[in-house]
Parts: sequence; structure tokens; C-alpha cells
Amino acid sequence: MKEISTGNKAIAKAVKQALPGVVAAYPITPQTEIVETIADYVTSGQMKSRYIPVESEHSAMAACIGASITGVRTFTATSAHGLLYMHEMTNWAAGARLPIVMANVNRSLGPGWNIWAEHTDAMQERDTGWLQVYASTVQEAYDTTLMAFRIAEHNDVLLPVMVNLDGFSLSHIMQPLDTVEPGDFIPPIHLPHAIDTGNPTGYGGLTGPDQHYKFRWDIERSMRDSVKVIAATEKDFAKRFGRSYGPTENYRCEDADVIIIAMGTFGKEAEVATDILRKEGIRAGSMRLRWFRPFPDLDLTGKEVVVIDRDYSFGYGGIVAHEIMAKNHCEVYSVIAGLGGQEVIYDDMAEFVRTRRIGEEIWFGVNDHV
Amino acid sequence: MIIAEIPKEEYIKKCTSACAGCSSSLTLRYVFKAAGPDTVLVVPACCTSVIQGIYPNTAMNVPVYNVAFAAAAACASGMSEAFQAQGKKTHVIVYAGDGGTLDIGIQSMSGAFERGTDFLYICYDNEAYGNTGMQRSGATPLGARTTTTPAGKTVEKKDIDAIAAAHHLEYMATACSAYPQDIFKKVAKALTFRGPTFIHILAPCPPGWRYPTEKTIEMGKLAVKSGMWVLYEREHGKLSISAPSKAAMKKPLPLEDYLAPQGRFNGIDAKSLETLKQHLAANLKKLAAEEALA
Repeated sequence: MKEISTGNKAIAKAVKQALPGVVAAYPITPQTEIVETIADYVTSGQMKSRYIPVESEHSAMAACIGASITGVRTFTATSAHGLLYMHEMTNWAAGARLPIVMANVNRSLGPGWNIWAEHTDAMQERDTGWLQVYASTVQEAYDTTLMAFRIAEHNDVLLPVMVNLDGFSLSHIMQPLDTVEPGDFIPPIHLPHAIDTGNPTGYGGLTGPDQHYKFRWDIERSMRDSVKVIAATEKDFAKRFGRSYGPTENYRCEDADVIIIAMGTFGKEAEVATDILRKEGIRAGSMRLRWFRPFPDLDLTGKEVVVIDRDYSFGYGGIVAHEIMAKNHCEVYSVIAGLGGQEVIYDDMAEFVRTRRIGEEIWFGVNDHV
Repeated sequence: MIIAEIPKEEYIKKCTSACAGCSSSLTLRYVFKAAGPDTVLVVPACCTSVIQGIYPNTAMNVPVYNVAFAAAAACASGMSEAFQAQGKKTHVIVYAGDGGTLDIGIQSMSGAFERGTDFLYICYDNEAYGNTGMQRSGATPLGARTTTTPAGKTVEKKDIDAIAAAHHLEYMATACSAYPQDIFKKVAKALTFRGPTFIHILAPCPPGWRYPTEKTIEMGKLAVKSGMWVLYEREHGKLSISAPSKAAMKKPLPLEDYLAPQGRFNGIDAKSLETLKQHLAANLKKLAAEEALA
């Protein structure tokens, strides 16, 4: 069905169709519309889920953990400070192998208080064992949320999935949305280690140095296996509903000399910058990084790379830029832009490419060189 | 109720890693007996994290879900709602220490109570962070020495029962490890209610309180007989003092009888002792008056 929707509403609609047994969430700007919409679905009887209005994000994730281990589908949504507040429990969720799906509306961290888009919040969850995917359109936010449940709950994965969308620039904008009837696209959840009082076992008890690392490796093994599951899920989604994305979304990359790599809405904006540059005779391309964990294999051979980071690791550099450099043994032009909702448009991105100095880093609006 | 009436089934096996004379594992034995096998125990970081055994072994014969320190009640919230969503009547019981209840876990407990979560929250109280070697908690009494109050605690124990009561619980109670029938009855009763219930159980700790292991029952009895710990139930807001405390309140033993055998109160200053006595007397008076009103 075609309609107009915000990114937040699109997520809520997908969750309604996935029909989790339990949703536990705490409101935070700019995520509120997701939880308000779900609360309304539940209250009005449109969605037969249990909605737990918890008193904090730490408790939101704890409640999702408690619900998920009984074997029901589970969802929550958060942003920025909320995500960081639940950080202890995001680790627990992954370690406990619970296929919780969470929407994270990317937002900057205080101080000073800033409610606008930035990716540093989710980057701080990088090493928790969550799969991370970044949407760039309302449609993609919706499609990806449906896919997230199937991927998380797949027996070869059983890890939580975080669907990221940029605060305001995606959460609150209106775009066309074509909803689907998921049918059996998301199979019924079967958690092999669900609590069974008829077969009592211990969960998460003391695990010594002779055992603990094995569970860590098991997370990594599943993270690696998730690559195939993601690909198969996207393929089936494309077959059923006619839309596909991939680990990266590549735009005019094949013959490109220089590629812009960005995530989220910037990744879409970069496609416009690419067209502008092409008109000028610069063979540019855009590679929008969609899945951040597991980190995709990128083919950057023979290309110059401009990475736009909407995040930063102080004392080190742009996080995406450094991940790409480390993974691909290459140098990039690292642009730090869009922190705290800083406006960056396609003209700016085109200029990053024109003035690129591979091997260097700039902070947009601060200086040309660092 | 006589002890022979308590079910013979054991849900906590004789292979725990509890310290000798541990009263919290003794308490848990009766909690399980009252709850039966269709129960999940949610355990935050506390002595029970260790007592249950080391992976891949467990001494517990009901599912035990271990969760982060501050998260037990919230985890139980999710579990309880999920069981209801599946039409299951499984008991969800949080079994948390005093640190996980009065300190780091108080927010999630308060939230779960306020939301009307259908679960039983049990705080077993050994009046300090026992698992990590006896650091002070909000439950440590005035004057008690812990590793972080080496000169004795200078402030009083937090009144968690008053805080719990402020959530309008349909049922709440206190208990003590030295009175197993009382624990059994109160847990069984709590589980008949829908919605949140709370039981606060004093659990003396030989290494932490510094008394000989064989005195662990005696120490609990002295706590009750001195009036330092009062056993009661509050059902729909109505207080009824339990029989052992009713007897004790007629003529409480001197407080010194309870404090003297415990190394943690060695050298308690006169002012702290006097304050403890005054507050003990005031508490007994307050509870008697509340019961008379009911």
C-alpha cells in the first residue's frame, strides 16, 4: 500500500506487522514517535503485543532480555543518551544470544544538549555483538526493520540487530512508503535456548577462564555466518517485494576514479554529489555503507576514497574512515562532517571530492587541514 | 505449620558453592519449596550468582536467569509479560541481595512495582556487599564495620520496606532465614497475588558479620528476639506482626545480646549504640501502633 510516512512511523508500521510478543521502551527525542505509535497500536487493539512502559533505557533492554529469553519476538527503540544508558544491557543481550530488534534514531551526545543527527551514539555500541544497519530513506527504514527480525531470529545468527536512522533528517521527514504484506517472510520465532521450566537450566551464570572465551568466539562465528543470512534475506525480500539494498549501495562506482563513502542519509545525498561531479567530468561514485556490523568486504581497488564520518573517536579519527583503512589497507580523505546535525549538502560533498587530499583529515566548517 | 508439612522436593541441590553457614542459600531452599517447579528465578549480581555453581554445572533445579546488577526487576518485568503473552502461569521471582535492591537496583524495582508487574521480588539482606567481600551497602546498619566503613558505618540503614510500601503493594512481608516455616508461608501467600509483591528477608552472613558458622540460625533468632528485625506481613495495606516477633515484642532481649556475638559491631561507639536502641524502640512502637489501627 502506498502512503506518505515519516521514518519513525515507517519503523512502527514494520514492527506492527512483525508482531512482537513484547515491546519495552522509554521515550527519547527523536525516537518518541516510534514508541508513541506502537503504544497507540497496542492500546487501540491494532497490535496484540505487550507494551511495557519502562522507567529507563537500562530497564528497556533488561525487559527485552527477560521477554526474549522466554522465546517471544521482542522490540525496542532508543537514541543517543538512551542507547548509552542501556549499554551494559546491549552487551548482555548479545552475550545471551537474544534476537532483539532495536531501532536507534542516531543523535548527538551531550553536553551541550543536542538532539540532531550524529552516528557517534551507535558507534559506541560497535563492539557489543549487535548487528548494525543504517537506513537512508523512509522505505529503507521500513524494509530493513522487517528484514531485521528475520535475520536476528535466524538459527545461524541469534544476535540482536540495531536498525539505525538519522535523527530528524530521516526520523521526521515525510517520504513515500510502499508497505507490504510480509506473510511468511518472517517465520515464527523459535529460540532454541528459550526458558523451559520442564527442563531447568542455568543462564549466564559464573563462567570461568577455561570457558568464557568460547562463548565470545561463538558470537563472532555467528556474526560471520550472518553475512550469508543477510544476503539470503535480502534476496528473498527482493523476490517477494521487488526492492533490494545489499551490504553497500553502490552508485556509479564501476568506472569511478573517486568514491564517496558515507552512511545513512548522507549516503543518499552523496549520490546527488556524484551526479554533479560527473557533469564536471570527475568520474565520481557513491558507496553507501549500509551494514556496519558485520562490516562488509569493499572492493576499493584502484579508487581514491573520500569518507564522510558523522562520528569521531577523539585522539584517533573518523571511525568509519579508520575501519575502511584498516580493512582495506588503503589511505582515504577523511571528512568529519554533520556532527550534532551540522548541515552538509550535496554541494559540500562535491567540494570535498574536488579538494580531496588523500591521507589527510578535515573537519568541515572548522579548518581545511588537521 | 510444622516443618514436616513443607514439601520434601529439593530444588537447590547439595552442591552449591555457598560459604559454610550461609543463610541466604537456606532461605532460597524454602523459597523454591513454596514456589514449586514452574518458577523462574531472576538473579542480579549477588551471592546467589556464585552459590548456584559454575558453568556448565548448576545446583538449581529451576531455571535461573542471571542478569546485570541493576536489571533484575526490569528483566522480570519482560519475562512476566512474555509468559502472560504466551498464556503461561510461570512464577517469576527476583532473588536479589540488599545491594541489588536498596542501592543499584532500586530504580528498576520501583519501576516494576509502579507498573504493576506480576512478580515476587525477594530481597535477601545480609546488610552489605557480601559477594565482593563485605563492603557497605544502603542496608548496612549504623555502627557496623565493613571493609569500606572500617570505623563503623556513620549513617543508618535505608528503610526499603517503607519505600516498597509507598508503591501500594497488595502484599509485602519481612522474614528471616532462621524461621523457615514463616518464609515458606509468606512466599506461598505472595505467589497467590496478581501484581507485584515484596518480601524482605534478613539473612545473617558468618564471614561478613564475623560470627562462627554454626551460629547462623541463632543469629537470625537473636535479630528477631531483640526486636532489631521484625517479622510482619502487610496485606492490602493492613499490617499484621508475625508470631515470633509478637512474642519478642512483649519483652525484647537486650540489643547487646544480638550485637555482641558479631565481630562487625566490635567497638561500636556509645552514641551509635544508643541511637540503634532508640530507633529500635521507636520502630517497635510504630509497628505496634500500625497493627492496632489495622
